[in-house]
Amino acid sequence: MIRGQQNPSGAPTKDTLVALAGLRKEFPARRRSVFGARRKVVAVDDVGFEIRTGSTFGLVGESGSGKSTIARMILKLERPDAGEVSFDGHGLWQQTPAEERDYRRNVQAVLQDPYGALSPRLRVREIVGEPLSAQGRTRADIDATVSRLLHTVGLDSDAGDRYPHQFSGGQRQRIAIARALSVEPRLVVLDEPVSALDVSIRAQILMLLREMQERLGLTYLFVGHDLAIVRYVSAVVGVMYFGRMVEIGPAEDVLRHPRHPYTQRLVSIASMRQALGVERLTGELPNPLAPPSGCHFRMRCPYATERCVHEVPALREAGDEDRADFPRSRVACHYFAEIEAGDKETTGPKPQRS
Amino acid sequence: MLQIRNLTVAFGPAARPVRAVSDVDLSIGAGEIVGIAGESGSGKTTLCAAIVRNLPRTARVSGDIRFDGRSIHAMSASELRQLRGREVSMILQNPMTSLDPLFTIGNQLGEVLATRCGVSSTQLREREVELLRSVHMTAPEERLRQYPHELSGGMRQRVLIAMAGSTAPKLLLADEPTTALDATIQEEILVLFRELRDRRGTAIAIVTHDLGVIRRICDRIVIMYAGRIVEEGPVAAVFGAPRHPYTRALLASVPVLDGDRVQLKSIPGQVPNLADLGDFCAFADRCPNAVDQCRAAAPKESAFGDRQRVFCWRTDELS
Repeated sequence: MIRGQQNPSGAPTKDTLVALAGLRKEFPARRRSVFGARRKVVAVDDVGFEIRTGSTFGLVGESGSGKSTIARMILKLERPDAGEVSFDGHGLWQQTPAEERDYRRNVQAVLQDPYGALSPRLRVREIVGEPLSAQGRTRADIDATVSRLLHTVGLDSDAGDRYPHQFSGGQRQRIAIARALSVEPRLVVLDEPVSALDVSIRAQILMLLREMQERLGLTYLFVGHDLAIVRYVSAVVGVMYFGRMVEIGPAEDVLRHPRHPYTQRLVSIASMRQALGVERLTGELPNPLAPPSGCHFRMRCPYATERCVHEVPALREAGDEDRADFPRSRVACHYFAEIEAGDKETTGPKPQRS
Repeated sequence: MLQIRNLTVAFGPAARPVRAVSDVDLSIGAGEIVGIAGESGSGKTTLCAAIVRNLPRTARVSGDIRFDGRSIHAMSASELRQLRGREVSMILQNPMTSLDPLFTIGNQLGEVLATRCGVSSTQLREREVELLRSVHMTAPEERLRQYPHELSGGMRQRVLIAMAGSTAPKLLLADEPTTALDATIQEEILVLFRELRDRRGTAIAIVTHDLGVIRRICDRIVIMYAGRIVEEGPVAAVFGAPRHPYTRALLASVPVLDGDRVQLKSIPGQVPNLADLGDFCAFADRCPNAVDQCRAAAPKESAFGDRQRVFCWRTDELS
């Protein structure tokens, strides 16, 4: 395909596959009464990042942080209220119908629940072959491709004739991966693909995903909440908190030397560096209907000050020189440099009313 | 305090039984926090249901479960009622299904306090607020008027822990209590469990597939595979020097955050179908060290140092 060479809008670097800029998404919330004011929840607030061809971008955050909404916008299932997603330098919402069909082939998804993702009435052969027939391929071609795919993801040759309920969770996730790969996509959006699987099966699926990436040159967006798993698969990691990106950078930098107080907390819990109960989380979770002014994390942050109440922190560059392979880490905290140097005293969380 | 001897729970036809739990021996002492780990189908949830005699009627149970010396099998309906909720409490994975959506938090807490603790109606409100404070809920007076759907997952789980702790039970069974929660909230819930143990001396059994949770809070770990215990021992001993091949493989398949390179080793194969299990080591088909003996007979218990037990034919050679 020649679309890789066309680049009218000028993507930031030549090997950027997906670029997000100033992305914002609001959802209407129910009114308290017929006469009540219209309310809205900002699910994603001014988020931008790039995914490079052939690499994995890991998106981390707790539930409600907006990570799945971003995945849905990249899948073109949700339209942003502001900002733009571009693929190969082309904006997703300026596509012609033919371009859109092409895009939907190039971008595939594997979701969390392998039970809900597969139709119980179709045989595995039909499930994996469905995207191919939607693309208008011939019967013989489809059969050959499906058999090859099932073999590639490590299923028996007779798997195609069985129904999804005859498979375990891990095997179903393999079927979902085979279906996603059937149309030779360039980007695969993986939304918590191993969260519903047993521990001993998780490693199998993660290794399969890695192998597929190396063999087929795939690009992944990996959405997850388990930091260790995200670190295993990702080159670059973005950490989200209540709709905003708080830290972004190379995986080993962000997850081994976190700079934002929120990332520090997540990493400290996941790595079990502190005994249980040593570091308590004070303060409240923000209310999405009435988000706090300034920094969203200030209500739980040990370092918050008056400045955090009034001023939204911007992503600022941190850490060492730019490396050839990755951009440098960026952190959205007014005080990350002081915290890193150990000069910042704990000023306690700043609650909503202040 | 809790003693389980030779417990087997079977379902299905007698000729081809599906043993969800087989030959389980386990005891839990007062004030102990025990983690029961296992994958889906390993029998951990069935084991919990057997402890409170809450199995479906089709289950065939053999063996003996004693709580404070009294056999749970021999209990009458009124004794069981006394046991459940008052002496043994349970917390389930999804906090939404354990709370009634039609009643406020105050209603539901009040019901527990009035029926189980005999709190008089004049003191009820005061005790409700006190209970919510004990699980560090913010604005407890306001929470009492709210309905379950108005609370977040972590707050609902706190309410359930408050209810479970209100009667100062001797044993708390928590089935995947933190699985549905975010990491930062999970940490807070684990702290509450430990406070409950420290303040009231409640023994806690946490059933989970998350080894991180067990490592963080438990004194002892019990690892189950296909309905049987494969290894049991103090958390430090089992995590530090796992002896059963399944435990080793399980620990090697969990990615860790620290370290320069992340290595993963996956366990080949699938969790076996319980209906097809023979009377031999269930892990033999996936085990790198399996020999003929492993496929011939069920492994015997070998004991190590400080209360560590392993069920593997080749423990002595391999460790």
